[in-house]
Amino acid sequence: MKIKSTEVVDTFAEAFKMWGARVVITAATKQWALAAAQSMTGFATSIIGCKCEAGIEKLLSPEQTPDGRPGVSALLFTMDRESAGKRLLERVGQCVMTCPTTSCFDGLAEQGEEQEPPAAEGPRAVSVGSQLRYFGDGFQSSKKLAGRRYWRIPVMDGEFTVAERFAVREAVGGGNIIILGVDERKTLAAAGAATRAMAKVDDVILPFPNGVVRSGSKVGSRYKTLPASTNDAYCPTLKAATNSLLPPEVNCALEIVIDGLTEAAVRAAMAAGMKAAARPGIKQLTAGNYGGNLGQYKINLREVLAQP
Amino acid sequence: MPLLLRQIAAPEVPLEADNITPSKVADLTPASVEKLTVLHGNETRCVGDFFKASGRWDGTLEARGDRLERVKFLGAGMARGTLRVEGDAGEHLGAGMSGGNIAVSGDAADWVGPEMSGGRIEIRGNAGHAAGSAFRGASAGMTGGEIIIHGNARNEAGNAMSGGLLAIGGNSGDFTGVNMNAGSVFVLGKMGIRAGAGMKRGSIVSLNEAELLPTFGYSCAYRPGYLALYLRRLAALGLAPIAAAHIHGLYRRYCGDSVELNRGEILLYSGPAPAT
Repeated sequence: MKIKSTEVVDTFAEAFKMWGARVVITAATKQWALAAAQSMTGFATSIIGCKCEAGIEKLLSPEQTPDGRPGVSALLFTMDRESAGKRLLERVGQCVMTCPTTSCFDGLAEQGEEQEPPAAEGPRAVSVGSQLRYFGDGFQSSKKLAGRRYWRIPVMDGEFTVAERFAVREAVGGGNIIILGVDERKTLAAAGAATRAMAKVDDVILPFPNGVVRSGSKVGSRYKTLPASTNDAYCPTLKAATNSLLPPEVNCALEIVIDGLTEAAVRAAMAAGMKAAARPGIKQLTAGNYGGNLGQYKINLREVLAQP
Repeated sequence: MPLLLRQIAAPEVPLEADNITPSKVADLTPASVEKLTVLHGNETRCVGDFFKASGRWDGTLEARGDRLERVKFLGAGMARGTLRVEGDAGEHLGAGMSGGNIAVSGDAADWVGPEMSGGRIEIRGNAGHAAGSAFRGASAGMTGGEIIIHGNARNEAGNAMSGGLLAIGGNSGDFTGVNMNAGSVFVLGKMGIRAGAGMKRGSIVSLNEAELLPTFGYSCAYRPGYLALYLRRLAALGLAPIAAAHIHGLYRRYCGDSVELNRGEILLYSGPAPAT
């Protein structure tokens, strides 16, 4: 199967069940909202070393935010529900509360996601504002509006408004495509086009720098303490030294990892990315997997492209 | 089609009709509804002596009449459903309600939603004294839910209020939010004197200047982030006049009442915020 002159390898991306939350940050200006969001989603490229994966989903106009100010929507993913609460608490507390003029809302709840599932499933929302409030040293106060509680924490520019709880839902992490190009320039250009196309898809983020990762990994290492190591099969410098999966004319491989709130969103982003990346100079589009033995989701590239 | 109660006789003295509430009439036939009891002075009478019931319960109970202001405790204790009052409503409307919606097309008498804990009451006209308040001698007024009054409210709105939202589209009388423990009172018109007297916690917000007690101390002028949530919601409910300048404007914050905990606040709108 080809898109234009680019071959789509008959393989699949192996993705994992994760837990996702949406954080809506608003501020007096778009720049301050972005500053907080960039800080909150920093050092969150891979669950392996960062404890979570996070990224900016999209900018929000004042009409799209709970308080009518410019905003940013960010997604954060972890491997379990409990750690989602811990990461949100750390990052909202250190990166959003600290940023001038910001307020912070639960983006899933504002879109009608239920916070209270049947008791047997346990709480689906995690505490954030209700923990951060203690920073107020007794001067904090709360407001409950339309069933949701918000905490007001006095800070030096006024007060920080933050949702008491954030909904966390099952999500999909680790969707990916790998772009194999003849040189660095053409592969970077294709990756850039792919990330721009993927950014238009709702409910997904691309957690790596500018959405692109060059240090794709495989599971395990010859060094016992490392859970992951370089994906030598896609390293062009090792073509002659390992079981390479790179065609002879390929000299650069770049990966784009996608985390999404739904499998459908991840599939849509992968399709959009592949269509945008395909062009002369890109020999193949492929994906990373672990033989199908680890992840809960196998997302076949050709099936993704065939879907309407 | 809702269950309809059409008033056929005006009570000579106020009627205590706490059975005219969705919680009591749900799934009853009109004939059964007419057999429910009401207190007329010191006499126990039937709903049918004053109302003709028709229609079928579909989640809504509608009361219509010219003298409904003499019918007290409409919607008392309701936990679900909708009560529509076409006309005015008597005292103690929605007393102690915990859920559902009450909509009044006209005015409401004193004691709207005393000690309610949930649901919403919306009055298109004016309300009497002590909306959202505690009963005399009690320490906590409404603890949750919303009371939306499009017109004016008289004295002691939100007396001992302990949660929820009380919004007054017009003017409020004196002692607005007196003895408040928690919750939010919004006055979009002019607020009477001695607002927040004895309040411990909670918020009183006025879109106009107000004369405050000397036991409220000025803190600063700022943009309270949470206010935008409330004002946008009130604007969506049709409570006029809320402009963008109010939603994102500057408010002067006064802390009080210092004769109590000094943890309450009165926010007075002081104009649009300068562009950032």
